[in-house]
Amino acid sequence: MSTVIECRDLYKVYDGKVEAVRGLNLEIHAGECFGLLGPNGAGKTTTIEILEGLLEPTSGQVTILGQSWRRHARQLRERIGISLQETRLSEKLTVRETLELFASFYREPRPTDEVLEALELREKADALVGNLSGGQKQRLAVATALVASPQVLFLDEPTTGLDPQSRRQLWDIVRGFLEGGGTVLLTTHYMDEAERLCDRLAIIDHGQVIAQGTPAELIAKLGGHHVVEFALSGNAYADDTAWRLLPGVDSVHREDAIFSLAVREPHKTIPALLDAIEQRSAQLEHLTTRQGSLEDVFVRLTGRHLRED
Amino acid sequence: MSLAEPIPSASAKSPGGAGGSPNGPWAGFRHLLGARMLELAREKEVLFWVFAFPLLLALGLGFAFRNRPADRTEVAIISGPQAAHILSLFEDSPRRQGIHAEIIDRARARDGLRLGKYDLAVEALAPGEIQYQYDPARPESLLSKLEVNDVLQSGAGRKDVLSTDAVISSEPGSRYIDFLIPGLLGMNLMNSGMWGVGFALVDMRQRKLLKRFVATPMRRGDFLLALASSRLIMMVLEVVLLLGFGVLIFHMRVLGSMFTVLLIGALGAIAFGGLGLLTASRARKIESVSGLINLVMMPMWIFSGVFFSYERFPAVVLPLIRALPLTALNDALRATILEGSSLASQGGRLLVLVLWGGISFLLALHWFRWT
Repeated sequence: MSTVIECRDLYKVYDGKVEAVRGLNLEIHAGECFGLLGPNGAGKTTTIEILEGLLEPTSGQVTILGQSWRRHARQLRERIGISLQETRLSEKLTVRETLELFASFYREPRPTDEVLEALELREKADALVGNLSGGQKQRLAVATALVASPQVLFLDEPTTGLDPQSRRQLWDIVRGFLEGGGTVLLTTHYMDEAERLCDRLAIIDHGQVIAQGTPAELIAKLGGHHVVEFALSGNAYADDTAWRLLPGVDSVHREDAIFSLAVREPHKTIPALLDAIEQRSAQLEHLTTRQGSLEDVFVRLTGRHLRED
Repeated sequence: MSLAEPIPSASAKSPGGAGGSPNGPWAGFRHLLGARMLELAREKEVLFWVFAFPLLLALGLGFAFRNRPADRTEVAIISGPQAAHILSLFEDSPRRQGIHAEIIDRARARDGLRLGKYDLAVEALAPGEIQYQYDPARPESLLSKLEVNDVLQSGAGRKDVLSTDAVISSEPGSRYIDFLIPGLLGMNLMNSGMWGVGFALVDMRQRKLLKRFVATPMRRGDFLLALASSRLIMMVLEVVLLLGFGVLIFHMRVLGSMFTVLLIGALGAIAFGGLGLLTASRARKIESVSGLINLVMMPMWIFSGVFFSYERFPAVVLPLIRALPLTALNDALRATILEGSSLASQGGRLLVLVLWGGISFLLALHWFRWT
């Protein structure tokens, strides 16, 4: 499988002190949707903007489609499509005028009508950008990238701030692009987006990749595919090891009064857990069980949540 | 087109999937310019400030300082036995059109005089004996007194000893409005150049639109050229509108050629476009660039002779004032429009404009921040 985006030992230092990216390595293959997942301030935008050729790295190498920004900037610009985080396009132009403007920059753009159709913007073709909803604006932003007829699509936080329906619509657009043979690199801090959309992920924290793989692989690294969470009254039994020894438990994580157990077979673990609680004559205050998620992976790796509000 | 010609099929024109029609080298420039013009046309504030505001200013100032015919003299004749005789003297006078007289009682005459309704009150104390009441601090009262006295004396039989004649001089070209319109034109070119380039660029930078554009294969030169071209198109409209307004409403005369005026306008638009580009080269927020633009324009509003001649400033500072781009532009426009001066005769002014525009442009390109 050919490599489309590659970077090695990427560093970016702002003003000689703030290290936004610290030794990042990525390899993204043709036809895959690759996600950079991480909390705000992790260095995702800096990384993607370096890969897009909009920021100069302090050190490190970037190769896109076998070419480098330094020597082939103009050719590369023809072959990639970019949607920045929160671009506010001219409000006084219509959707069609905006797309035609962007199309005019490329030697061989896709026909505007085709892009309008694909992004479900045909009805809004003659509406001013200023009158669009948030979801429509975001679709237009992606449309300005797709009108380039790109081989690689870069999307920085494509669904931040959108309602659930608009997010799903955008995911469908990305899937459509992938089905056409395109490669996608996106950043997100939504774990559901990363899980559903991305073939592979790099979890980024403090400018470094702390885990990489398919969503399933990353969740499997937790040790289990299910998570059992429970809380006991009175804050007794602070000791994690007792729970670690229960059948089917791979790991224990504790946050405040809530224990989370990474579990392979919940139907074996839960009865044993209830017995153990009863033996200690403790009171069960809360018990849930769910599928393991990337959020759990992130919490396990960093001790923090993806979205700390 | 002959009927025998085959009708091109629609499907041949738009192949599906393979891509649209390839763009020529100037497609980007054309679309950038088109988009800019559409944005300007759809921005109501821009239309007001660029086109309506200077016209309103010209209209207001033009009428406030118009060369009006001497006001009609308002005379109160205080009622009495001789009042009707005095009134008839006015009515028989050859200057009756310039004087309006009426008979009223003393109290109302005094009130009217105090409020400025009358310039002068006349009272016949006895046959052949006239008293004038007026305020010598009011120039129109002084004039009225002289004029009324003249009418009454000649009506009573005084003969002028000298034969006099007068030539009226109130030609278009020497009035305040003639001075004002080229100044407003210069100021307007400065305003729209600074805001139209400086503000627009920082706004686009703040919206990350500049960054979005440089993320495409767009040529940066095309972008700047489109911005400059939109300024030139706007300049032509501004010149034609404001001068046309002066000609139609105030019967102004444009002595120089329209071509020369437009050429000077183009140099002015480029000078201020360059300055606008320079002020916008680094600023990230529209608040900071607004302050900067006002800072750059303020001295020129005051010193560059928009509303009154800068010759009134002390002679020491005149060379500095003449080195300002708006001064050079205003002087060049006035010389061409009012005096019909040729381009060759004002090389110095044009050089000032070219230098301001050229140096700002080079500095701006060096400092300009796209992302």
